[in-house]
Amino acid sequence: MKRILAALVCGLLFGIGLSLAQMINPQKVLNFLDLAAAWSGGWDPSLAFVLAGAIVTTAAGYRLAFRRKRPLLAESFSLPTGRRIDARLIVGATVFGAGWGLVGFCPGPALAALGPGWPPAAVFVLAMLAGMAVFRLLFERRRPLGPPRIAAGHRSPPIGLTGSHRP
Amino acid sequence: MQAFTPVSAFFGGVMIGLSAVGLMFLNGRIAGISGIVGAVPAAGAADAGWRLAFIAGLIAGPFVLLAIQGALPPVVVDVPMPAVVAGGLLVGFGTRLGSGCTSGHGVCGLARLSPRSIVATAVFTGTAMATVALVRHGLGS
Repeated sequence: MKRILAALVCGLLFGIGLSLAQMINPQKVLNFLDLAAAWSGGWDPSLAFVLAGAIVTTAAGYRLAFRRKRPLLAESFSLPTGRRIDARLIVGATVFGAGWGLVGFCPGPALAALGPGWPPAAVFVLAMLAGMAVFRLLFERRRPLGPPRIAAGHRSPPIGLTGSHRP
Repeated sequence: MQAFTPVSAFFGGVMIGLSAVGLMFLNGRIAGISGIVGAVPAAGAADAGWRLAFIAGLIAGPFVLLAIQGALPPVVVDVPMPAVVAGGLLVGFGTRLGSGCTSGHGVCGLARLSPRSIVATAVFTGTAMATVALVRHGLGS
């Protein structure tokens, strides 16, 4: 319960920060990504300031947090262990970048924009969830969802009869 | 000429950083949105709880700011609907394949000086800039 409450507060902070920084507005994000505007005078470097503020704060705070042996409410720190810079990382980042540049939404801001950016933000979030589902179908087949499948040859009643409680 | 808002941008970023530090200090987790969202279906009941709570907070955050300051920034989606759908699909699939997005790689990963995150952030920011150049200005114009 404490962990859920902690996550809720952290999510709130994240959402407030994104809104304060105006990053829930994809137009503002695109105006940062539009480097050509630097020559014509319309470039908006705000996003770089958001990242700077976030990275400096996180780097300092992580240093303090990692002085502890374990987090306050969990058994251990869950940190990514992968070190290889492989094709999956590069292709994934490229595909993500194309979508980000097309609309100006990345996952955090799209979710935070659900309220103020309804309905287009909702369309984006639904498509994003669909994209994540496609990934699961293609790459996470070894961990099937739901109850384990019945092995071939297992004698089970015909599908039409399962779940029928009529006499 | 676009409005450049360095002060609110920086302090908004600091709040995002505080969120990331809080989630690590309290729950021992990286504040990567694509990972938090993408792992919900495969998560057990105990693991799904904090993920859904974080997402709920993320969605509710703007309303808290609205209550405090009485206004929110506009959300301008100036892209045709088919492009919005295509963009969402690409972002969803790409962030899962590349194990992170702007928050996981761009904020938490860079703060840890993770080589994977540094490469990923350079690649997705570069690709996004190239995409905007193509869409807004076309090839060679």
